[in-house]
Amino acid sequence: MKKPKVAFFDFACCEGCQLQIANFGEALFDILGMIDVVEFREVMSEKWNGQLDIAFVEGSITDFHAEERIRQIRERAAILIAYGSCAAIGGVNGMKNTFDLEEIRKYVYGPEYHFFATEKTKAIPQVVKTDYVITGCPVYPPEILVVIKAALQGTSCSPPDYPVCVECKLNENVCMYDRGVACLGPVTRAGCNSWCINNGNICYGCRGMISNPNERGAREVLEKHNIPLPFVVNKMNLYNKCRE
Amino acid sequence: MNKRNVVINVEYLTRVEGHGNIVVDVKEGTLEVCRLDIIESPRFFEGMLRGRSVFEAQHITSRICGICACGHTLASIQAAEDALGVTPSEQTVKLRRLLLHMELLDSHILHIYLLVAPDLLGVKSFIPLIDTHNKVVRRALRLKQTCNEICEILAGRHVHPISATVGGFTKLPKEKDLDAMRYMLEGMRPDMEATIELISKLKFPEFERDTEYVALVSDTEEYPLLSGDVGSTDGVRMHKKDYRSVANEFVVPHSTAKHAKLSREAYAVGALARLNLNYEKLHPHAREAASLLGIRPKCINPYLNTAAQLVECVHCLEDAAMLVEDLGKSGIRQEERILVALNEQSAIPVRAGNGVGAVEVPRGILFHNYEIDEQGTIVNANCIIPTTQNLNNIEHDMEKLVPELLDRSDEEITLALEMLVRAYDPCISCSTHLTSVRIQR
Ligand code: SF4
Ligand code: SF4
Ligand code: SF4
Repeated sequence: MKKPKVAFFDFACCEGCQLQIANFGEALFDILGMIDVVEFREVMSEKWNGQLDIAFVEGSITDFHAEERIRQIRERAAILIAYGSCAAIGGVNGMKNTFDLEEIRKYVYGPEYHFFATEKTKAIPQVVKTDYVITGCPVYPPEILVVIKAALQGTSCSPPDYPVCVECKLNENVCMYDRGVACLGPVTRAGCNSWCINNGNICYGCRGMISNPNERGAREVLEKHNIPLPFVVNKMNLYNKCRE
Repeated sequence: MNKRNVVINVEYLTRVEGHGNIVVDVKEGTLEVCRLDIIESPRFFEGMLRGRSVFEAQHITSRICGICACGHTLASIQAAEDALGVTPSEQTVKLRRLLLHMELLDSHILHIYLLVAPDLLGVKSFIPLIDTHNKVVRRALRLKQTCNEICEILAGRHVHPISATVGGFTKLPKEKDLDAMRYMLEGMRPDMEATIELISKLKFPEFERDTEYVALVSDTEEYPLLSGDVGSTDGVRMHKKDYRSVANEFVVPHSTAKHAKLSREAYAVGALARLNLNYEKLHPHAREAASLLGIRPKCINPYLNTAAQLVECVHCLEDAAMLVEDLGKSGIRQEERILVALNEQSAIPVRAGNGVGAVEVPRGILFHNYEIDEQGTIVNANCIIPTTQNLNNIEHDMEKLVPELLDRSDEEITLALEMLVRAYDPCISCSTHLTSVRIQR
């Protein structure tokens, strides 16, 4: 069988999700054995302009130029994977949408701000048809392998739609609410093996919200622990502002 | 004089982090245009920080750059702690230093092996090296993976660290973790020696331009990465609070670019700058490596920044091993563990203030500055990243380099320019404050 042609593209992001691949270490050779990487600007000078079997797209769409580029990539790619939260849900770039665009441009760039074009941040699925998403800021390495395999076999695969709490409980962490601290685990998609709580921090909601959050339950938890709703909503906007 | 025309337009410069273009125009032997354009989509981090809790700042600013995630985290925490008036414990400082060493190592290894070595070996990327230099690529990945695993122990992950927060860490290494780190660091030594052996045999381009080098300096014995004043090879010494007058952003005539300069037309930051200013404070093994690689201060060949990175790798590895030894002897005080970042229980008293963080990250000195109100909410934020400071210097290098190369082919000139830009390891994606998009007249 001919190895599928794979390319990596990036839009507005920190490129940390790409790095997760380099962090596979020597196991990277197994992945490279399954695919033929034809374009990956950060690490390769080679260029390829033909059809692609799989396009990994990292980052959010934040200007017209990017919107055009992602449409061209879509046309060339049989399978398009939104890779990382910036791509899948807008991620941290979405926080910009809380502000007036003209105001925030002036704030950061001063009088010459008009040279810095920007539009409301959009996630990839808000612009083009997306075949697979790998969410997370950054992506959780074991999940990358699951999705690559599904894409190669043409089977369907989407991130879990139950909350991080499920994994957190299996990991036997003491719940942050019981320690008097608000955590976004109850409304956030699992799949990261409760990464942050295992390391002593709270869940910041980086993987995006589950589709059916138990709102009443969540409200009750907040009331019980005396945590104001706006406080939690503000925290959710860190990654999930593009939902609106 | 060579009266030829050269037009170079490298769009989407490859093997650098972020997006940049090189534009060079030579008419009848005279250099008319010579620029490095930044075409990264701005992400507005400084704007987005306003209204957020200063306890969240490091979580957010870490996402400016995946490669320097720990560096941004540490600069951010330092700025926040400076504003709040928090002094970290000795143990916390040691663990932070260890984390920073791992990031420097990780980032330098990535740059040396995967981004620069292909040029020196005459190939387009590390992919063909998998067949021709399999052992070398494996070694690079092995080194990187070890750095990553140590970061995992220290902070949960390298991109983006979870447990490093204002006040300290939300998890602390146990005895067995210290043993594991000791073992892993020990294991890196042979690979590091092989790396020096490999790189010392490769030939870097010969080119020199004297410039001002800027890095942290201090009066202690330690190679300054996490604390100190800002110093330069032109004799400047300033408190980090005065970072704005270090980076002196200015507007270039006939363009909209803001560039940085200090005592002369441009200055450089990064591994070479640090080595030039603090050579004596490097670990003896690192200085040995420097002499094997043929660098001595003041080294003014920008291509040798890559070699200086390797010298720092040796230093970081040795200093990390010493820190782990130290922490093992004193034992980790688990009671210093921070409950959580968000300070909902007011564990850390909050006050209004203004704080600056200055940290040497892989590509040079990084500044974060936050102004916060009585609730600890960020009112104003400013970050000045290393690449912003280097852009002006890179262009000055290009201006000197191109006329020296006019007897070469366009391809050779292009490659030399690309390699020059890559030598600085520019991290263009960190364009929180990259005001260098230019309009051509
Ligand atoms: S999702 Fe997070 S880690 Fe990945 S590219 Fe975006 S900011 Fe970086
Ligand atoms: S700590 Fe967070 S993720 Fe874990 S169970 Fe509690 S709310 Fe859920
Ligand atoms: S615990 Fe929450 S914030 Fe952390 S990785 Fe998982 S989803 Fe993201």
